Parts: sequence; C-alpha cells; structure tokens
Amino acid sequence: MYRLPWSASSCQKVFGGTIAMRIVGKGIAKIDGMSIATGKPVYTEDLAMVNSLVIKILRSPHAFARISSIDTAVAEKIEGVECILTYKDVPHQRFTLAGQSYPEPSPYDRLILEQIVRYVGDEVAIIAAVDERTALKAMALIKVKYELFEPVLDFEKAIGHTSIVHSEDDLHCNFDIGMNKEMNIVSSHNVEVGDIDGELKKCNVVVEETFYTQANAHAMMETYRASSYLDHMGRLVVISSTQIPFHVRRQLAKALQIPASKIRVIKPRIGGGFGGKQTSAVEIFTAIVTLKTGKPSILVYGRTETFSCTTSRHAMRLTVRLGADKKGYIKVVDIQGLSDTGAYGEHASTVFSVVGDKTLPLYNKTAAVRFMGNVVYTNKMPAGAFRGYGATQGAFALESAVNILAEKLAIDPVELRLKNLIREGETCLTYKGNLLGSSSLHRCIEKGKDLINWNAKYPVQEVGHNKVRAVGMAVTMQGSGIAGIDTASAEIRLNDDGNFTLLIGSTDMGTGSDTILAQMAAEVLEIPMEKIIVNAADTDISPYDPGSYASSTTYVTGMAVVQAAEDLKRQIIESGGKFLELSTEEVVFDGQTIKMIEGDKSVKLEKLAEFLVLGSGKHQLVGNATYGSPVSPPPFIAGFAEVEIDKETGKVDLLDYVAVVDCGTVINPNLARIQVEGGIVQGIGMAMYEEVKYGEKGNLLTNTFMQYKIPCRKDIGNVRVSFEESFEATGPFGAKSIGEVVINTPAPAIAHAVYNAVKVRVTALPITPEKVFMEIQKVNRTGESQ
Amino acid sequence: MFTLLNLVQPDTIEEAYNLLTEKRNNIIIGGCGFLRMSSRRISTAVDLSRLSLNYITEQNDYIEIGATTTFRDIETNPILNQYYNGIVPKSLSNIIGVQFRNIVMVGASVYSKYGFSDLLTALLVLDTEVELYKTGRISLKKFLSNSYEKDILTRIFIKKNNSKAVFYYLRNSASDYSILNVAVSRFNNQWKIAVGARPQRATIAQKASESLSEIEMSNGNIEDIATIASKEVIFGTNMRGTANYREAICKVLVKKAIMEVLQCK
Amino acid sequence: MQIEVIVNQKKITLAVDNDEFLADTLRSYGMLSIRKGCDTTCCGLCTVWIEGKPTLSCAMLSFRVNGKHITTIEGVQKEAEKFAEILVAEGAEQCGFCSPGFIMTVLAMKNELNNPTEEEIVHYLTGNLCRCTGYLGQLRAVKKYLEVL
Repeated sequence: MYRLPWSASSCQKVFGGTIAMRIVGKGIAKIDGMSIATGKPVYTEDLAMVNSLVIKILRSPHAFARISSIDTAVAEKIEGVECILTYKDVPHQRFTLAGQSYPEPSPYDRLILEQIVRYVGDEVAIIAAVDERTALKAMALIKVKYELFEPVLDFEKAIGHTSIVHSEDDLHCNFDIGMNKEMNIVSSHNVEVGDIDGELKKCNVVVEETFYTQANAHAMMETYRASSYLDHMGRLVVISSTQIPFHVRRQLAKALQIPASKIRVIKPRIGGGFGGKQTSAVEIFTAIVTLKTGKPSILVYGRTETFSCTTSRHAMRLTVRLGADKKGYIKVVDIQGLSDTGAYGEHASTVFSVVGDKTLPLYNKTAAVRFMGNVVYTNKMPAGAFRGYGATQGAFALESAVNILAEKLAIDPVELRLKNLIREGETCLTYKGNLLGSSSLHRCIEKGKDLINWNAKYPVQEVGHNKVRAVGMAVTMQGSGIAGIDTASAEIRLNDDGNFTLLIGSTDMGTGSDTILAQMAAEVLEIPMEKIIVNAADTDISPYDPGSYASSTTYVTGMAVVQAAEDLKRQIIESGGKFLELSTEEVVFDGQTIKMIEGDKSVKLEKLAEFLVLGSGKHQLVGNATYGSPVSPPPFIAGFAEVEIDKETGKVDLLDYVAVVDCGTVINPNLARIQVEGGIVQGIGMAMYEEVKYGEKGNLLTNTFMQYKIPCRKDIGNVRVSFEESFEATGPFGAKSIGEVVINTPAPAIAHAVYNAVKVRVTALPITPEKVFMEIQKVNRTGESQ
Repeated sequence: MFTLLNLVQPDTIEEAYNLLTEKRNNIIIGGCGFLRMSSRRISTAVDLSRLSLNYITEQNDYIEIGATTTFRDIETNPILNQYYNGIVPKSLSNIIGVQFRNIVMVGASVYSKYGFSDLLTALLVLDTEVELYKTGRISLKKFLSNSYEKDILTRIFIKKNNSKAVFYYLRNSASDYSILNVAVSRFNNQWKIAVGARPQRATIAQKASESLSEIEMSNGNIEDIATIASKEVIFGTNMRGTANYREAICKVLVKKAIMEVLQCK
Repeated sequence: MQIEVIVNQKKITLAVDNDEFLADTLRSYGMLSIRKGCDTTCCGLCTVWIEGKPTLSCAMLSFRVNGKHITTIEGVQKEAEKFAEILVAEGAEQCGFCSPGFIMTVLAMKNELNNPTEEEIVHYLTGNLCRCTGYLGQLRAVKKYLEVL
C-alpha cells in the first residue's frame, strides 16, 4: 500500500473541489527575472576570475583516426602560452560524462584526451594561454599526424561494420546494458509482453511503417562554458553552465583521480539547457588546466563548437507495427528501433529504453506489446540527453502509425484514441498490474478537438488558389522523474531574523524552478515569498540533487521541499509551544505567530527565531528531507495542428496549434504556459525547419544558425495552450511535471495534418516543402497515395 | 578568426583605389557580416566610410544609391518604396533582422555577386547600372556576367520609370536564404524575368522575357512562358534544395509573378 | 589603435585591435549584458544601438564606431526595467540570455515605429532568436508595453 508522501495539512487542494492556495497556483514572477532580463552579469562568463587563462581545443579533422604523432614543441614556446596538453599528459582512467545517478547506466568509454579520435571535432589537444589570440596562434602551430581508419558514418550499417568504434579493453560498464562493442552495439533492449506474432495473426487490420528522426541540436542561447580556479584551501572550484553540478563533481573526481571533497561545482544563472547540459562538455578541460597550472581558467564554446562538439538528440529509425480488431481496438503495438549514439554512449541505453517506456503504456487495450532494438556507436558527434529523451522519437513513430491505422480502419483519429487510450486507474501490459495515477488525457483530447474545431476541419478543405487546409493530431506521455532512482534532498533553515533559507541542489536553467520551489515552501509555511532566500546548485552548500533533468524538479525536488518545509513547520510549532510552556497540540502556527489555540499566549516568529538562534533557546531549526518516488507519474498532452499547404510549391504554413496539457496541478500558470509554448515551438522546429546534414567525411555541415534553422518569430502561427488539471496524489500539491512532454506532439500532429491535406506521408523528419512537393508529384502521377 | 594588419579610411576614392590595388590581399570592407565568419588574413582593409557614399537620392532620370548605404536604409526609403511597386525594399526586407540590415552595405553586397542574393534578382529586372571606380558605369547585367579586375563599386543607378515589378521568393524558415527567388518587371510592354538563388546568382531568363514581350496574354501563354524560363535557366543542387525542385518552383513563381505584374497599377 | 566613443553617454577612450569587434570591446569595457550567441550574425543577442539604431555589435568593427554614440542596456536601465517588468510578469524572460538584445530591439522599435501592427512588431523583432519561450510570451509583453505607453 503506497503511503502518500506528504501531510494532509499540506494537501490543500482536493480533487473535484478546491481550497484556495495562496501562492501555489499563482503566476508569480521569477525571483531572478528582473536581473536576468535587464542584462545583469550573473552568468558563468561574467563570474570568471579576471585574468583567467583562455582555453582553446584542437580538434580532429577526421572522423576516425589514431594520432600517430603530435608535436607541441613550437607551440609551447609562444609567449603567453601556459600549457598544452595531449593524450600523453592526462590520466588514463576511463569515465563517462553522463548526467546520471551513480552507478551510471553509461559506458565508461571516455578519456580526457585519447590517442584514438572518434568523430570530426573530437578533442586532440588542450591549449591554455593568456588570451584567445595567443591560444589560437599556438593551436595553429601544433603538428599532428593521423593514421586514418574507415569511419562508421551510417548508423544503419554500423552493426558488424569492419571498423569498431570502441575496441579498447578498458571500456567499463557498471552493469549489463546489452553491450557488444565488437559489433558496435552499445546497448540492446527487449521488452515484450504477450505473443506479438500470434496476436497479430488475429488482427483484422495491420499497419506497418518505418520512421526516421534526426540528431536535432538543443541550440540553447548560452553555449557551453565553464571556469575554474583554486580556492583559499587549494580546492578546485568549477563554475559551469551545467544542469548537473553533483554529477560533474563526481565525474571530475574520477577523471582527474582526486577526491570529490577537493572539488566544488557551482551553477550560476544559465542560458538554457534542454538536456544538452546534462552531459558535461567543458568542465574537465578547465579543471585539468587549473590543476596543472595552479591558475584560473575559462573555456567558452562558440556556436559552431556547440553544434558540432557536444551532444545532440539520438537519431533513430523506428519501425512500428500496429494490429487492430474490427471494432477498432488496438491489440498489438510492436516497435523495433535502431538508435545512433555517435562516438560515446552517455545516454545510449536510457534514451532508448524511454522510447518504449513512454509509448507502450498509452494504448492499453492491447494483448501484446513489444519494444526492442539496438543502440549503435558511429563516428559522429555523440548523442546525449535532449528534452523528451526518446519519448519524442517514440511519439513521432507511434502516433504517426496510429494515424495511419485510423485511416485504414475508417475511424476518426480522435475517436480511435478516446477508445484505446489508458485512463486513470487502469493498468497496461507493461505496468505489471500497477495502476495509472492521475490522467485527464481524455478531457485534454475533447477540449483540444473543440478548440481547433476538429469536426468542421477534419480532414481537409480546399481554400482556392491551389491551397488546402487540414488538421492533424497526436497525444503523448512523459514521466516525472526517474522512478526509484532520482533522489533529491532539501533543507530549509529558520534564520535569526525570522527569515528562511531554502537550500536546494536543483538547477534552474530559466525554467523558474528556484521560484516554484520557493512557492511550495512558502505555501507550506504560510509565509510570503519575500521571506525565503533561495540558495541553489552549489555542491559545497546544497543538499544532493541529481539536477534538473528527467522532468524531476517539480515532482521529486518539489516533494523534498514540501517535506522539508513540513518538517520545519513541526519544529516551529514544537519550539513555539515549548517557548510558551505549552504542548505541541495546544498551539498553531499561521506563518507569522505561534499562538495558543484556547487562550491568549502567543509569540511572533521573529521573536522565537531570535530566541532559538541567539538566545537561550540554543537550537537553530532546520527542516530537511530526502525524497525519491517509486513511481514516475506521466504528464499528458493532446496536440492538434492546422496547416495550409500550397500544392504548387509544397510550402507548409502552420496556421494554428492547440496543446491541451495535463501536468497535474499547475504550480505557476505563467511559467507553465511559457514551458508549453517554448516546447511546442521546439517541436515545430523539429517537425518543419531543423535539418541535420553531414558531409561525406563525417563533418557536420549544419553547424551554425545559418544552416541549422531553429524557428524564428515569423515561423510560428497561432499557438494556443490550455490546461486540464488532474490531481496527482503522489506529487507536491498534486503536481506532476511539464518540462519535457511539451516537445513531443508537434512532429506527429503536423505530419498527420500534412497527410490529410495532400495525401503525402512524411516519415523522415523534417517535413520540408521539397519533400512535400516531390511526393505530391508522385501522388498525382500514380493517382494513388504512396 | 580573421586577422587584419592595417586599417585605412581614405578621404578620396582615388586613395581608396590605390590602397586596394597595392596588394593582393587588400580588400574593401563592407558590412563585415561575412568577414566575421572567415579566417582570411587581410593585409590592408580599406573602409569607405569617409567618402560620403551613404545616401539615396532622386535625380532627374535616376535613383542614385551610394555604396555604403545600408539595407535597412533602402528598406525604409520613401523613394524606393514609391517606385517599381517597392520591389527593391521588398526584396531585402526579410533578410535576418533589422539589426543585421543596419550593418549590410549595398555596394559590398552587390559587388560580391552572391548567389543567394535576393536584391540582385530585383535589381536585374529594373534598368540598373553600377559604377565602378576603374571600369566605369556599366549595366548590372553586364557586371554580373563578366569578370573585372579588382575595383570599387561606388554607386548604383536605377532608371526612373513606371516599371511594374514584383518579387517572389520561396524559403522554408522565414530567416533562411531563399531556395529560389524570382523577379518580373514590365515597362512599356518590355518584360524582364530574373531568377536567382538557383543556387547560382541572379540571371535574366532571356528567351522567356523576349517571348513574353511578344505574345498576347492568356493563362495558357503565361504558363508556357514560365515553362520556357524554367527550362532555359540553369539550376543546381545544394543543402537547401535540388535542381529539379528549383526548376519546378521556378515555373510556379514566374507564373505567379507575371500574373501579379498584370494586376499592378 | 585608440578610439573615442560615447558609451551610454559617457565619453571614453578605448584601445582596440584592428580586427576587434564591438561586442568584445564592450564586454572588455564592462558591458557584460552583451552576449555572443552565434558565429554567423543570426541571433541578435549582441544588439546595441549605434547612433540610436539597433545594430549587431558582433559584426561591427570597433574602429568604425570612433566618434559615435553607443547605447547598451546598461545605459537605458530605467526604460528597460519598465518593459522588463511586463516581460517578467508574463514569465517570458525564461533563461534571460536573449533578453538584453531583445529588449534593446524592442526599445528601438518603440522609438522608430508609431503604433505598429502585430505584423510590424513581429517583423521588427525577427532578428532576435529565442529558444526557450517560443516567442509568444514576448509578443504578449510587447503589446502590453505599447498599450501602456
């Protein structure tokens, strides 16, 4: 029996009726909003020590090679060069840069610098000099000879390729992730319930289609950067634009072979992450330079480096088979996948498993489900974590297939979903008897359908001048934290002046998590936000937190904050009671005063605090909690797209997008709305504008904003966001999460709308005018759809 | 990162030309948008800022544009918005953003003969001349189709008349380069059709332009002209599109542009 | 070389290299609101005013602004705060990294355009990229700001 993780007194919102909350549920402005909006110097580069050595990285021009010689003698003599490091100068201790809880499900396949280079851009030498110009001058003087190997560039040809990307003996996996490195397989998965082939035979209608998604770039506005220095105790301090300070500390300790206690990692204000900064990129270089030279150092990646030398989304091929009976019940979902993790496997296994985790549960009238496949190494920039984390790729494939099925069954796609989707309190084959907690997905679909005016517009309308308009839809689920793994702690302290300090390790990257966590603490303690000092993401000070990824901050860290605040509240009541010479049951605390329930005695919080901290009370109160959830309750979104297509050119205009969201209780409506709008627009980019292209030698061609087109202001039509709150009993104030689920629906919904418009099925993203145009010509010529 | 040994801001065009031609890797600097992205090693960079070439004036017969006039000034200029159905401002108003267009200079842009240029396509269907310091004043068409010695583009002249002109482009993202662009103009029954971003630079579709000037207007005829244009112009394949697609789009855009010119007042 | 510029109404002399761009010069001088978000003049994060016109400081060679007036957000704080309050009330500053460049463009637009339509607003602001917000919250804030004026 699962005990609710929080007290009834905090559970102020009852599903179906509400007791008004004071702060949670309000669109409060972010506590750091004004500073960051007006350009205050609060980001990593602004905080670097003056006269930090500037680091530049010499990179491999080859996709797969061994360094046969590297000569830095001339370069080192340049005045102003402090140190140049090659593979000969670094510890030979493999590690992973993955932002994952230890023990990581990631291969330890990295060295700081290695004699083998595995993608165009892989690091060859670290140059530290007094300024950028000197570092670049020295870099140009380093002489490197390479022995070239044939690179593995096509992920569909990676398995069994004659070239083995990782053949090293000391590659280590913490546990079995299905690696077979001689075949270039990093990880294998096979989740199967029921008899797939047997059940398919019984189905009246079977559809099968293969889909391709790309290695999209995060394109966060602040590129990767870190700075390091040695503090007054000789400890290494790293200030980094990171989502994972605690994981960075552990990685540095391992890679540099020094105790973690000698390392401090601080995350200041950062300019976006979207999962990119869940894999470390630059910290190891500033750290090693500072350790070797004793001097502060800084490394700022340019945009091109960020595009081509960090991480991307996993490109995937997903083949979906769906089988349905004549009543329109989906009986079989079979997804077989191949994922390209590039040169290093930080998130190879986990992203791939999330594809199945966040697709198979959706349609629960199934008799058999399966997700299986492999993740392969290739000689390209590594893939890593990116908002959605496999669910995005899975959503594109599954929802597109469901839309194909709807057409084949001649059932409205909305009806097909309402009929087959899992509801609150139900189970599914992969849940092993566990029940789905909160869900308002069906209400989301009904609402979205109304908002887009589905009945009038489905499937298509001619509008003259060779243009057609059509609608499409898709649904998705994600998770809230990683069940049984994500663990966060929070502390909240009552200060001498009656104010509070909230200590958290989560990493606000502009999302506003620092603010909403303060909202939760303020709600529990019944105090105004202004009384809370939020101090976050400094490994010397913060209680442990995995960092902000996996949509865990609101749900997991949030619950830790709620429990810590409840703990402190209990202590305030107990201490206040003692102060008044009463028992705990005789007093209440209303945020300002501890007072006697029946009688006149009371003490103001400030007075009590002073007494406890400075006076004879001698007991500074600290509430703390550590929380991890055994479940990961899914948020849901129903997405609807309306497009207008010019049949003569194939140009697709996205006229309208409706997203109806179930994230449980909405903690901060303004911030939540922006999360949805931002995620939808990223999804639109993935669907229509962002294209990844490689040259023949494995060099990334789309490595600037000039070539890789994230949506600009004019590319967005109308985006309408609505919330259908459910109440998640296991989440703080009934909340789930919102950070990732928001990116998943646009690609399948828009692809569906395009198909309804011109009978062109785009199965390989992005949907470009040329692809649509060429397929329209084919359709016209053959007279039937492809 | 590019490097620059010397910078000069001469007071006369003669001085500028002499400095430019002193060494092979001396250049004129324009808006520096592309320079910033390069790793060129420049000996002397010659800046034309002191030559008072930042103007757009209406003369008796011509509109005269100085070389250091920015794209943004062209975009907002009342004279250019008034003439030729505003084709010149329209051709460049969608490029990146206002803060970018406040940097790009028309002289450097035209001199560079960029394939992706939208402006060149529009200028080509007007009676446009460029003035180069050494070579003199020549038609834009001639300038684009021939090679000249290193020179300085000082002024652009567009003949004043009541040409009707329309510019069309196809882009995926609105902030991207064009996949293809097309301009069509009509003056006293003389038609000009230009196609650019092929990905090669703008060129006149000569046969199509001449045929259009001779025939009687009808839907069928216009389609034929558009087909002729798409067949006579050479297209290429690059990251933004294939030659086949460009050829198909050319036909569509030329037809649309001709129909719209017919509607122009 | 030495240049004399008026930065945020203060006349100063700066030493710059021939090939130095204004964005780097301004950051070295202490105007840390200037960010470089790309290598290809596409993102607008580095937008400053030169003689009141919004310009990419990453593509402006510093020697070229000799004698000119440069304005960064540090120099128009009061006006910036007025708009920033509305932006922040929408939640539309998000990571904030694009905000200073964005706000400089918004304020320039307010000075240049009279009663712009939504289309004109979007057109003017197109050169400022954002990856967090999806642009709509920013537009809501701009419309509210222009109404309030």
